[in-house]
Amino acid sequence: MSPILEAVGLTKTFGAVTAASDISVSVAEDSVVGLIGGNGAGKTTFLNLVTGYLRPTSGTVRFLGRDITGMPPRRVTRLGICRSFQIPQVFDSLTAYDNLLVGLGIVFMGRKAFVGSHLGASTPEAVADEMLSRFRLSEYRDEPASVLPEGVRKLLDIAMAMVVKPRILLLDEPTSGVSADEKFALMDLVLGAIRADKVTVLFVEHDMDIVRRYTERVVAFYDGRVIADGEPGAVLADREVRRLVVGEEAEAGEEAAC
Amino acid sequence: MTRSRRTWLGLGAAAGVLALAAPVLPQWALFLIVISIAKGLAALGLLVLLRTGLVSFGQGLYFAAGAYAAGVAANQLGVADGALLALLGSLAAAATSAVVGLLLARYRAIFFAMLSLAFSMILYGLLVKSSLLGSTDGFNVAARTVFGLPVGSGPGRYGVYGLAVLLALGAALGLDRYLGSNLGRLAPAVRDNELRVEYMGASARNVVYLNLVLAGALAGAGGAVTALAVGHVDPEMAYWTTSGEFVFVAILSGTASVAAPFLGAILLELLRSFAYEHAPNTWQLVMGAAMLAVILFLPDGMWSVFRARRRAAP
Repeated sequence: MSPILEAVGLTKTFGAVTAASDISVSVAEDSVVGLIGGNGAGKTTFLNLVTGYLRPTSGTVRFLGRDITGMPPRRVTRLGICRSFQIPQVFDSLTAYDNLLVGLGIVFMGRKAFVGSHLGASTPEAVADEMLSRFRLSEYRDEPASVLPEGVRKLLDIAMAMVVKPRILLLDEPTSGVSADEKFALMDLVLGAIRADKVTVLFVEHDMDIVRRYTERVVAFYDGRVIADGEPGAVLADREVRRLVVGEEAEAGEEAAC
Repeated sequence: MTRSRRTWLGLGAAAGVLALAAPVLPQWALFLIVISIAKGLAALGLLVLLRTGLVSFGQGLYFAAGAYAAGVAANQLGVADGALLALLGSLAAAATSAVVGLLLARYRAIFFAMLSLAFSMILYGLLVKSSLLGSTDGFNVAARTVFGLPVGSGPGRYGVYGLAVLLALGAALGLDRYLGSNLGRLAPAVRDNELRVEYMGASARNVVYLNLVLAGALAGAGGAVTALAVGHVDPEMAYWTTSGEFVFVAILSGTASVAAPFLGAILLELLRSFAYEHAPNTWQLVMGAAMLAVILFLPDGMWSVFRARRRAAP
Protein backbone atom coordinates (compact mmCIF):
# COMPACT_ATOMS: atom_id res chain seq x y z
CA MET A 1 0.00 0.00 0.00
CA SER A 2 1.28 3.46 -0.84
CA PRO A 3 2.19 5.64 2.15
CA ILE A 4 -0.12 8.45 3.24
CA LEU A 5 2.74 10.45 4.72
CA GLU A 6 6.34 10.29 3.68
CA ALA A 7 9.23 12.26 5.14
CA VAL A 8 12.49 11.96 3.24
CA GLY A 9 15.81 13.12 4.70
CA LEU A 10 14.30 15.84 6.91
CA THR A 11 17.01 17.97 8.47
CA LYS A 12 16.53 21.06 10.62
CA THR A 13 19.33 23.10 12.09
CA PHE A 14 19.14 26.16 14.29
CA GLY A 15 22.61 27.68 13.98
CA ALA A 16 24.96 25.06 15.38
CA VAL A 17 22.16 22.97 16.87
CA THR A 18 20.76 20.12 14.83
CA ALA A 19 17.17 19.46 15.91
CA ALA A 20 16.47 16.92 13.20
CA SER A 21 19.04 15.01 11.22
CA ASP A 22 18.15 13.11 8.06
CA ILE A 23 14.81 11.78 9.31
CA SER A 24 13.05 9.49 6.88
CA VAL A 25 9.74 8.02 7.95
CA SER A 26 6.99 6.59 5.81
CA VAL A 27 3.53 6.03 7.27
CA ALA A 28 1.01 3.59 5.80
CA GLU A 29 -2.62 4.60 5.55
CA ASP A 30 -4.98 3.47 8.32
CA SER A 31 -2.22 2.67 10.83
CA VAL A 32 -1.31 3.76 14.35
CA VAL A 33 2.30 4.75 14.86
CA GLY A 34 4.02 5.69 18.11
CA LEU A 35 6.93 8.12 18.30
CA ILE A 36 9.21 7.66 21.29
CA GLY A 37 12.38 9.31 22.52
CA GLY A 38 13.72 11.39 25.39
CA ASN A 39 13.30 15.13 25.76
CA GLY A 40 14.98 16.96 22.91
CA ALA A 41 15.18 13.82 20.78
CA GLY A 42 13.37 15.51 17.89
CA LYS A 43 9.82 14.13 18.11
CA THR A 44 8.03 17.48 18.36
CA THR A 45 10.45 18.97 15.82
CA PHE A 46 9.37 16.18 13.48
CA LEU A 47 5.69 17.09 14.00
CA ASN A 48 6.51 20.78 13.47
CA LEU A 49 8.32 19.97 10.22
CA VAL A 50 5.51 17.80 8.90
CA THR A 51 2.78 20.35 9.68
CA GLY A 52 4.72 23.30 8.28
CA TYR A 53 5.30 25.16 11.54
CA LEU A 54 9.01 24.79 10.81
CA ARG A 55 10.55 24.76 7.38
CA PRO A 56 13.14 21.99 6.99
CA THR A 57 16.72 22.99 6.19
CA SER A 58 16.67 20.13 3.72
CA GLY A 59 14.50 17.15 2.89
CA THR A 60 10.92 16.80 1.71
CA VAL A 61 7.51 15.94 3.14
CA ARG A 62 5.00 14.20 0.90
CA PHE A 63 1.35 13.67 1.66
CA LEU A 64 -0.47 11.20 -0.58
CA GLY A 65 2.36 11.64 -3.08
CA ARG A 66 2.10 15.42 -3.10
CA ASP A 67 5.06 17.57 -2.03
CA ILE A 68 3.90 19.73 0.90
CA THR A 69 7.33 20.87 2.15
CA GLY A 70 7.20 24.42 3.49
CA MET A 71 3.41 24.79 3.27
CA PRO A 72 2.07 26.86 6.19
CA PRO A 73 0.08 25.03 8.89
CA ARG A 74 -3.28 26.35 7.69
CA ARG A 75 -2.83 24.85 4.24
CA VAL A 76 -1.50 21.60 5.65
CA THR A 77 -4.54 21.49 7.92
CA ARG A 78 -6.91 21.98 5.00
CA LEU A 79 -5.35 18.97 3.30
CA GLY A 80 -6.36 16.86 6.29
CA ILE A 81 -3.15 16.73 8.34
CA CYS A 82 -4.18 17.80 11.83
CA ARG A 83 -2.38 17.92 15.14
CA SER A 84 -2.93 18.28 18.84
CA PHE A 85 -0.41 19.84 21.20
CA GLN A 86 1.61 18.76 24.19
CA ILE A 87 0.47 21.90 26.00
CA PRO A 88 -3.21 22.31 25.05
CA GLN A 89 -3.66 25.14 22.57
CA VAL A 90 -7.22 26.19 23.23
CA PHE A 91 -9.08 29.51 23.25
CA ASP A 92 -8.98 30.25 26.96
CA SER A 93 -11.70 32.87 27.14
CA LEU A 94 -14.18 30.84 25.09
CA THR A 95 -16.38 27.99 26.32
CA ALA A 96 -15.63 24.43 25.29
CA TYR A 97 -18.55 24.62 22.87
CA ASP A 98 -17.31 27.87 21.32
CA ASN A 99 -13.80 26.45 21.01
CA LEU A 100 -15.15 23.75 18.71
CA LEU A 101 -17.55 26.15 17.01
CA VAL A 102 -14.68 28.42 15.97
CA GLY A 103 -12.98 25.56 14.16
CA LEU A 104 -16.18 24.17 12.66
CA GLY A 105 -17.03 27.69 11.48
CA ILE A 106 -13.70 27.88 9.67
CA VAL A 107 -14.38 24.55 8.02
CA PHE A 108 -17.90 25.64 7.13
CA MET A 109 -16.72 28.89 5.52
CA GLY A 110 -14.00 27.15 3.54
CA ARG A 111 -15.94 24.02 2.58
CA LYS A 112 -14.30 23.95 -0.83
CA ALA A 113 -10.76 24.38 0.48
CA PHE A 114 -10.93 21.51 2.95
CA VAL A 115 -10.63 17.91 1.80
CA GLY A 116 -13.29 16.72 4.17
CA SER A 117 -15.28 17.67 7.20
CA HIS A 118 -17.75 16.27 9.64
CA LEU A 119 -20.24 18.87 8.57
CA GLY A 120 -21.98 17.21 5.68
CA ALA A 121 -25.41 18.78 5.57
CA SER A 122 -25.49 19.78 9.24
CA THR A 123 -24.65 23.13 10.81
CA PRO A 124 -21.49 23.91 12.80
CA GLU A 125 -23.68 24.31 15.91
CA ALA A 126 -25.09 20.80 15.66
CA VAL A 127 -21.72 19.22 14.94
CA ALA A 128 -20.10 21.06 17.88
CA ASP A 129 -22.56 19.45 20.28
CA GLU A 130 -22.17 16.08 18.61
CA MET A 131 -18.39 16.29 18.98
CA LEU A 132 -18.66 17.37 22.63
CA SER A 133 -20.65 14.26 23.40
CA ARG A 134 -18.34 12.01 21.34
CA PHE A 135 -15.39 13.23 23.41
CA ARG A 136 -17.49 13.17 26.61
CA LEU A 137 -17.08 16.90 27.09
CA SER A 138 -20.78 17.75 27.22
CA GLU A 139 -20.77 18.52 30.95
CA TYR A 140 -18.12 21.22 30.33
CA ARG A 141 -19.97 22.68 27.33
CA ASP A 142 -20.52 26.17 28.74
CA GLU A 143 -17.41 26.49 30.88
CA PRO A 144 -14.58 28.74 29.70
CA ALA A 145 -11.59 26.66 28.66
CA SER A 146 -9.38 28.51 31.16
CA VAL A 147 -11.09 26.90 34.16
CA LEU A 148 -11.19 23.31 32.83
CA PRO A 149 -9.03 20.61 34.46
CA GLU A 150 -5.85 19.80 32.55
CA GLY A 151 -7.07 16.41 31.36
CA VAL A 152 -10.23 17.97 29.97
CA ARG A 153 -8.24 20.70 28.22
CA LYS A 154 -6.13 17.95 26.70
CA LEU A 155 -9.22 16.22 25.41
CA LEU A 156 -10.65 19.49 24.09
CA ASP A 157 -7.36 20.17 22.32
CA ILE A 158 -7.60 16.79 20.59
CA ALA A 159 -11.27 17.33 19.71
CA MET A 160 -10.28 20.69 18.18
CA ALA A 161 -7.78 18.90 15.97
CA MET A 162 -10.70 16.80 14.70
CA VAL A 163 -12.94 19.62 13.44
CA VAL A 164 -11.38 19.22 10.05
CA LYS A 165 -12.06 15.58 9.26
CA PRO A 166 -8.40 14.55 9.27
CA ARG A 167 -6.80 11.98 7.02
CA ILE A 168 -3.93 11.78 9.45
CA LEU A 169 -3.81 12.99 13.03
CA LEU A 170 -0.62 13.84 14.87
CA LEU A 171 -0.97 13.78 18.64
CA ASP A 172 1.83 15.34 20.68
CA GLU A 173 1.92 13.55 24.04
CA PRO A 174 -1.83 13.04 24.39
CA THR A 175 -1.44 11.62 27.91
CA SER A 176 1.02 14.10 29.41
CA GLY A 177 -0.51 15.99 32.30
CA VAL A 178 -3.07 13.22 32.74
CA SER A 179 -2.92 11.10 35.88
CA ALA A 180 -1.56 7.57 35.51
CA ASP A 181 -4.85 5.81 36.23
CA GLU A 182 -6.70 7.91 33.65
CA LYS A 183 -4.24 7.40 30.82
CA PHE A 184 -5.72 4.22 29.40
CA ALA A 185 -9.27 5.51 29.65
CA LEU A 186 -8.21 8.67 27.80
CA MET A 187 -6.44 6.74 25.05
CA ASP A 188 -9.40 4.37 24.66
CA LEU A 189 -11.71 7.34 24.32
CA VAL A 190 -9.47 9.28 21.92
CA LEU A 191 -8.51 6.39 19.70
CA GLY A 192 -12.08 5.09 19.76
CA ALA A 193 -13.34 8.47 18.55
CA ILE A 194 -10.60 8.81 15.94
CA ARG A 195 -10.26 5.28 14.64
CA ALA A 196 -13.97 4.96 13.98
CA ASP A 197 -13.25 7.10 10.93
CA LYS A 198 -10.16 5.08 9.96
CA VAL A 199 -7.92 8.07 10.52
CA THR A 200 -4.21 7.37 10.46
CA VAL A 201 -2.70 8.30 13.83
CA LEU A 202 0.84 9.26 14.80
CA PHE A 203 1.38 9.96 18.45
CA VAL A 204 4.28 10.99 20.65
CA GLU A 205 4.31 9.09 23.91
CA HIS A 206 6.57 8.58 26.91
CA ASP A 207 4.60 5.78 28.54
CA MET A 208 5.82 2.49 27.07
CA ASP A 209 2.74 0.59 28.26
CA ILE A 210 0.59 2.87 26.15
CA VAL A 211 2.93 2.51 23.19
CA ARG A 212 2.84 -1.28 23.47
CA ARG A 213 -0.92 -1.41 23.79
CA TYR A 214 -2.06 0.98 21.07
CA THR A 215 0.52 1.06 18.30
CA GLU A 216 1.29 -1.23 15.39
CA ARG A 217 4.62 0.40 14.79
CA VAL A 218 7.11 2.46 16.75
CA VAL A 219 9.67 5.01 15.60
CA ALA A 220 12.38 5.77 18.15
CA PHE A 221 14.19 9.11 18.12
CA TYR A 222 17.48 10.03 19.71
CA ASP A 223 19.45 13.25 19.27
CA GLY A 224 17.48 14.31 16.19
CA ARG A 225 17.88 10.95 14.46
CA VAL A 226 15.69 7.90 13.99
CA ILE A 227 17.45 5.03 15.73
CA ALA A 228 14.83 2.30 15.33
CA ASP A 229 11.64 1.81 13.36
CA GLY A 230 9.41 -1.25 13.35
CA GLU A 231 7.08 -3.48 15.35
CA PRO A 232 6.62 -2.25 18.93
CA GLY A 233 7.94 -5.49 20.41
CA ALA A 234 11.08 -5.43 18.32
CA VAL A 235 11.79 -1.73 18.78
CA LEU A 236 11.22 -1.74 22.54
CA ALA A 237 13.51 -4.80 22.85
CA ASP A 238 16.23 -3.14 20.79
CA ARG A 239 19.42 -2.76 22.83
CA GLU A 240 20.12 0.79 21.73
CA VAL A 241 16.51 1.88 22.30
CA ARG A 242 16.54 0.34 25.78
CA ARG A 243 19.74 2.14 26.67
CA LEU A 244 19.01 5.55 25.05
CA VAL A 245 15.24 5.89 25.21
CA VAL A 246 13.54 3.55 27.66
CA GLY A 247 16.26 3.85 30.34
CA GLU A 248 16.20 7.58 30.10
CA GLU A 249 12.43 7.62 30.15
CA ALA A 250 12.25 6.32 33.73
CA GLU A 251 14.36 9.25 34.91
CA ALA A 252 12.52 11.77 32.79
CA GLY A 253 9.24 10.47 34.15
CA GLU A 254 10.39 10.90 37.74
CA GLU A 255 11.57 14.42 37.06
CA ALA A 256 8.27 15.33 35.51
CA ALA A 257 6.44 13.93 38.53
CA CYS A 258 8.20 16.27 40.93
CA MET B 1 -35.63 35.25 24.12
CA THR B 2 -32.26 34.79 22.47
CA ARG B 3 -29.42 37.22 23.03
CA SER B 4 -29.45 38.48 19.47
CA ARG B 5 -33.24 38.95 19.47
CA ARG B 6 -32.89 41.01 22.65
CA THR B 7 -30.14 43.11 21.06
CA TRP B 8 -32.28 43.79 17.99
CA LEU B 9 -35.33 44.76 20.01
CA GLY B 10 -33.30 46.93 22.38
CA LEU B 11 -31.50 48.78 19.63
CA GLY B 12 -34.66 49.23 17.58
CA ALA B 13 -36.50 50.63 20.60
CA ALA B 14 -33.62 52.99 21.44
CA ALA B 15 -33.52 54.27 17.85
CA GLY B 16 -37.29 54.70 17.87
CA VAL B 17 -37.18 56.72 21.10
CA LEU B 18 -34.39 58.90 19.73
CA ALA B 19 -36.37 59.53 16.55
CA LEU B 20 -39.61 60.39 18.37
CA ALA B 21 -37.81 62.61 20.89
CA ALA B 22 -36.22 64.77 18.18
CA PRO B 23 -38.94 67.49 18.05
CA VAL B 24 -38.97 67.98 21.83
CA LEU B 25 -35.23 67.93 22.45
CA PRO B 26 -33.36 71.24 22.67
CA GLN B 27 -30.83 72.04 19.99
CA TRP B 28 -27.82 71.38 22.24
CA ALA B 29 -29.11 67.91 23.09
CA LEU B 30 -29.61 67.01 19.42
CA PHE B 31 -26.08 68.14 18.69
CA LEU B 32 -24.70 66.25 21.68
CA ILE B 33 -26.43 63.06 20.53
CA VAL B 34 -25.12 63.38 16.96
CA ILE B 35 -21.55 63.97 18.16
CA SER B 36 -21.88 61.06 20.61
CA ILE B 37 -23.06 58.79 17.83
CA ALA B 38 -20.14 59.87 15.64
CA LYS B 39 -17.70 59.02 18.42
CA GLY B 40 -19.68 55.89 19.22
CA LEU B 41 -19.18 54.71 15.63
CA ALA B 42 -15.42 55.06 15.99
CA ALA B 43 -15.55 53.33 19.39
CA LEU B 44 -17.64 50.54 17.86
CA GLY B 45 -14.75 49.95 15.47
CA LEU B 46 -12.44 49.81 18.47
CA LEU B 47 -14.75 47.23 20.04
CA VAL B 48 -14.10 44.95 17.07
CA LEU B 49 -10.36 45.50 17.41
CA LEU B 50 -10.44 44.98 21.19
CA ARG B 51 -12.24 41.70 20.66
CA THR B 52 -9.46 40.76 18.26
CA GLY B 53 -6.98 41.61 21.04
CA LEU B 54 -5.74 44.88 19.55
CA VAL B 55 -5.79 48.46 20.83
CA SER B 56 -5.44 51.17 18.23
CA PHE B 57 -4.32 54.63 19.30
CA GLY B 58 -4.75 55.85 15.76
CA GLN B 59 -8.44 55.65 14.87
CA GLY B 60 -8.26 59.42 14.36
CA LEU B 61 -6.61 58.60 11.05
CA TYR B 62 -9.80 57.06 9.66
CA PHE B 63 -12.02 59.55 11.48
CA ALA B 64 -10.20 62.42 9.76
CA ALA B 65 -10.01 60.58 6.43
CA GLY B 66 -13.79 60.13 6.50
CA ALA B 67 -14.41 63.76 7.50
CA TYR B 68 -12.05 65.23 4.91
CA ALA B 69 -13.34 62.91 2.17
CA ALA B 70 -16.90 64.03 2.91
CA GLY B 71 -15.74 67.66 2.92
CA VAL B 72 -13.86 67.39 -0.36
CA ALA B 73 -16.77 65.54 -1.95
CA ALA B 74 -19.19 68.27 -0.84
CA ASN B 75 -17.04 71.26 -1.79
CA GLN B 76 -15.01 70.09 -4.77
CA LEU B 77 -17.18 67.37 -6.32
CA GLY B 78 -20.51 69.02 -5.61
CA VAL B 79 -22.06 66.07 -3.78
CA ALA B 80 -25.08 67.63 -2.06
CA ASP B 81 -26.66 64.86 -0.01
CA GLY B 82 -25.51 64.13 3.54
CA ALA B 83 -26.26 60.41 3.38
CA LEU B 84 -24.11 60.06 0.28
CA LEU B 85 -21.34 62.10 1.90
CA ALA B 86 -21.35 59.83 4.94
CA LEU B 87 -21.14 56.80 2.66
CA LEU B 88 -18.25 58.34 0.72
CA GLY B 89 -16.45 59.24 3.95
CA SER B 90 -16.82 55.72 5.23
CA LEU B 91 -15.57 54.23 1.96
CA ALA B 92 -12.57 56.58 1.87
CA ALA B 93 -11.66 55.59 5.43
CA ALA B 94 -12.09 51.91 4.58
CA ALA B 95 -9.78 52.37 1.59
CA THR B 96 -7.24 54.12 3.84
CA SER B 97 -7.30 51.29 6.35
CA ALA B 98 -7.10 48.75 3.52
CA VAL B 99 -3.76 50.29 2.55
CA VAL B 100 -2.16 50.89 5.98
CA GLY B 101 -3.74 47.64 7.19
CA LEU B 102 -1.40 45.70 4.92
CA LEU B 103 1.39 46.72 7.28
CA LEU B 104 -0.58 47.05 10.53
CA ALA B 105 -1.99 43.52 10.30
CA ARG B 106 1.52 42.15 10.80
CA TYR B 107 1.88 43.71 14.24
CA ARG B 108 0.40 42.99 17.66
CA ALA B 109 0.24 44.51 21.12
CA ILE B 110 2.26 47.68 21.79
CA PHE B 111 3.83 47.59 18.32
CA PHE B 112 0.40 47.67 16.73
CA ALA B 113 -0.74 50.47 19.03
CA MET B 114 2.33 52.62 18.34
CA LEU B 115 2.30 52.03 14.59
CA SER B 116 -1.39 52.93 14.38
CA LEU B 117 -0.60 56.10 16.33
CA ALA B 118 2.28 56.89 13.98
CA PHE B 119 0.09 56.58 10.88
CA SER B 120 -2.52 58.94 12.32
CA MET B 121 0.16 61.51 13.17
CA ILE B 122 1.52 61.27 9.63
CA LEU B 123 -1.92 62.26 8.32
CA TYR B 124 -2.09 65.03 10.90
CA GLY B 125 1.25 66.36 9.67
CA LEU B 126 0.15 66.18 6.04
CA LEU B 127 -3.14 67.99 6.73
CA VAL B 128 -1.41 70.75 8.69
CA LYS B 129 0.93 71.36 5.75
CA SER B 130 -1.74 71.18 3.01
CA SER B 131 -2.78 74.73 2.20
CA LEU B 132 -5.29 73.40 -0.34
CA LEU B 133 -7.13 71.75 2.57
CA GLY B 134 -6.92 74.81 4.78
CA SER B 135 -3.81 73.79 6.78
CA THR B 136 -4.42 74.08 10.53
CA ASP B 137 -7.72 75.91 10.02
CA GLY B 138 -9.37 73.21 7.97
CA PHE B 139 -12.42 74.21 5.94
CA ASN B 140 -16.19 74.42 6.14
CA VAL B 141 -18.48 71.61 5.02
CA ALA B 142 -22.22 71.63 4.45
CA ALA B 143 -24.74 69.19 3.07
CA ARG B 144 -27.57 70.81 1.15
CA THR B 145 -29.90 67.85 1.53
CA VAL B 146 -30.14 64.71 3.66
CA PHE B 147 -32.01 61.81 2.07
CA GLY B 148 -33.23 64.33 -0.50
CA LEU B 149 -34.80 66.64 2.12
CA PRO B 150 -33.39 70.19 2.07
CA VAL B 151 -31.70 70.99 5.38
CA GLY B 152 -32.70 74.11 7.29
CA SER B 153 -36.45 73.84 6.89
CA GLY B 154 -39.25 71.39 7.72
CA PRO B 155 -38.22 67.80 8.59
CA GLY B 156 -34.88 68.45 6.90
CA ARG B 157 -33.79 70.27 10.07
CA TYR B 158 -33.49 66.86 11.68
CA GLY B 159 -31.72 65.42 8.63
CA VAL B 160 -28.22 65.01 10.08
CA TYR B 161 -29.68 63.83 13.38
CA GLY B 162 -31.83 61.24 11.62
CA LEU B 163 -28.88 60.16 9.49
CA ALA B 164 -26.75 59.68 12.62
CA VAL B 165 -29.44 57.63 14.38
CA LEU B 166 -29.95 55.45 11.31
CA LEU B 167 -26.20 54.96 10.90
CA ALA B 168 -25.83 53.99 14.56
CA LEU B 169 -28.71 51.52 14.29
CA GLY B 170 -27.45 50.00 11.04
CA ALA B 171 -23.84 49.77 12.25
CA ALA B 172 -24.78 48.22 15.60
CA LEU B 173 -27.14 45.65 14.07
CA GLY B 174 -24.75 44.80 11.26
CA LEU B 175 -21.84 44.42 13.65
CA ASP B 176 -23.87 42.32 16.08
CA ARG B 177 -24.66 39.98 13.24
CA TYR B 178 -21.06 39.91 12.07
CA LEU B 179 -19.65 39.18 15.53
CA GLY B 180 -22.00 36.21 15.89
CA SER B 181 -21.12 34.78 12.49
CA ASN B 182 -18.55 32.12 11.69
CA LEU B 183 -16.16 34.83 10.53
CA GLY B 184 -16.80 37.21 13.42
CA ARG B 185 -16.25 34.45 15.98
CA LEU B 186 -12.63 34.29 14.86
CA ALA B 187 -11.90 37.66 16.52
CA PRO B 188 -11.69 36.33 20.11
CA ALA B 189 -10.02 33.17 18.80
CA VAL B 190 -7.23 35.27 17.28
CA ARG B 191 -6.95 37.22 20.55
CA ASP B 192 -6.63 34.00 22.55
CA ASN B 193 -4.45 31.83 20.34
CA GLU B 194 -3.29 32.60 16.82
CA LEU B 195 -1.35 29.36 16.55
CA ARG B 196 -4.51 27.33 17.00
CA VAL B 197 -6.41 29.46 14.51
CA GLU B 198 -3.73 28.66 11.93
CA TYR B 199 -3.87 24.98 12.86
CA MET B 200 -7.61 25.05 12.29
CA GLY B 201 -7.06 26.17 8.73
CA ALA B 202 -7.63 29.95 8.90
CA SER B 203 -5.30 32.90 8.54
CA ALA B 204 -5.06 35.01 11.70
CA ARG B 205 -3.59 37.90 9.73
CA ASN B 206 -6.56 37.96 7.36
CA VAL B 207 -8.92 38.13 10.33
CA VAL B 208 -6.96 41.07 11.77
CA TYR B 209 -6.89 42.78 8.37
CA LEU B 210 -10.63 42.43 7.82
CA ASN B 211 -11.40 43.79 11.29
CA LEU B 212 -9.02 46.71 10.72
CA VAL B 213 -10.87 47.67 7.56
CA LEU B 214 -14.21 47.33 9.34
CA ALA B 215 -13.02 49.53 12.21
CA GLY B 216 -11.69 52.06 9.70
CA ALA B 217 -15.00 52.20 7.82
CA LEU B 218 -16.88 52.79 11.08
CA ALA B 219 -14.50 55.55 12.22
CA GLY B 220 -14.78 57.13 8.75
CA ALA B 221 -18.56 57.20 8.98
CA GLY B 222 -18.21 58.84 12.39
CA GLY B 223 -15.84 61.44 10.96
CA ALA B 224 -18.20 62.26 8.10
CA VAL B 225 -21.14 62.65 10.48
CA THR B 226 -19.05 64.98 12.65
CA ALA B 227 -18.11 67.05 9.62
CA LEU B 228 -21.80 67.44 8.69
CA ALA B 229 -22.93 68.20 12.24
CA VAL B 230 -20.17 70.67 13.06
CA GLY B 231 -20.01 72.06 9.53
CA HIS B 232 -16.25 72.12 9.68
CA VAL B 233 -13.24 69.80 9.47
CA ASP B 234 -9.73 70.43 10.79
CA PRO B 235 -6.51 68.46 11.36
CA GLU B 236 -7.31 67.97 15.06
CA MET B 237 -9.53 65.09 13.93
CA ALA B 238 -6.38 63.10 13.14
CA TYR B 239 -4.51 64.23 16.26
CA TRP B 240 -3.66 61.61 18.87
CA THR B 241 -5.93 63.17 21.50
CA THR B 242 -8.91 62.43 19.23
CA SER B 243 -7.79 58.80 18.95
CA GLY B 244 -7.25 58.72 22.70
CA GLU B 245 -10.80 59.86 23.26
CA PHE B 246 -12.10 56.92 21.21
CA VAL B 247 -10.05 54.56 23.37
CA PHE B 248 -11.48 56.32 26.42
CA VAL B 249 -15.02 55.70 25.16
CA ALA B 250 -14.24 52.09 24.26
CA ILE B 251 -12.83 51.34 27.73
CA LEU B 252 -15.62 53.22 29.45
CA SER B 253 -18.15 51.19 27.45
CA GLY B 254 -16.65 47.72 27.50
CA THR B 255 -16.83 45.18 24.69
CA ALA B 256 -19.84 43.21 25.87
CA SER B 257 -22.47 44.80 23.63
CA VAL B 258 -22.60 46.70 20.34
CA ALA B 259 -24.86 49.24 22.07
CA ALA B 260 -22.27 50.03 24.74
CA PRO B 261 -20.01 52.35 22.67
CA PHE B 262 -22.94 54.67 21.91
CA LEU B 263 -24.02 54.81 25.52
CA GLY B 264 -20.42 55.32 26.56
CA ALA B 265 -19.98 58.15 24.08
CA ILE B 266 -23.14 59.91 25.31
CA LEU B 267 -21.94 59.57 28.91
CA LEU B 268 -18.56 60.96 27.98
CA GLU B 269 -20.09 63.97 26.23
CA LEU B 270 -22.47 64.64 29.12
CA LEU B 271 -19.68 64.27 31.64
CA ARG B 272 -17.48 66.61 29.67
CA SER B 273 -20.22 69.19 29.23
CA PHE B 274 -20.99 69.30 32.94
CA ALA B 275 -17.37 69.10 34.02
CA TYR B 276 -16.54 71.94 31.66
CA GLU B 277 -19.39 74.03 33.02
CA HIS B 278 -18.77 73.45 36.72
CA ALA B 279 -15.00 73.08 36.74
CA PRO B 280 -13.76 75.00 33.71
CA ASN B 281 -10.13 74.89 34.86
CA THR B 282 -9.96 71.35 36.12
CA TRP B 283 -12.39 69.49 33.88
CA GLN B 284 -9.63 67.13 32.64
CA LEU B 285 -9.17 66.13 36.28
CA VAL B 286 -12.84 65.13 36.46
CA MET B 287 -12.48 63.08 33.27
CA GLY B 288 -9.38 61.36 34.60
CA ALA B 289 -11.12 60.54 37.87
CA ALA B 290 -14.07 59.08 35.94
CA MET B 291 -11.73 56.90 33.89
CA LEU B 292 -9.97 55.74 37.05
CA ALA B 293 -13.29 54.89 38.68
CA VAL B 294 -14.36 52.81 35.67
CA ILE B 295 -11.08 50.90 35.57
CA LEU B 296 -11.16 50.25 39.32
CA PHE B 297 -14.80 49.37 39.78
CA LEU B 298 -16.01 48.28 36.35
CA PRO B 299 -12.99 46.76 34.64
CA ASP B 300 -15.22 45.28 31.91
CA GLY B 301 -16.74 48.67 31.17
CA MET B 302 -19.99 50.20 32.28
CA TRP B 303 -22.01 47.70 30.26
CA SER B 304 -21.04 45.12 32.87
CA VAL B 305 -23.53 46.85 35.19
CA PHE B 306 -26.30 45.32 33.09
CA ARG B 307 -24.72 41.89 33.21
CA ALA B 308 -23.68 41.83 36.85
CA ARG B 309 -26.72 39.83 37.88
CA ARG B 310 -26.16 37.10 35.34
CA ARG B 311 -22.45 36.71 35.95
CA ALA B 312 -21.57 33.55 37.80
CA ALA B 313 -19.31 33.70 40.83
CA PRO B 314 -15.69 32.93 39.93
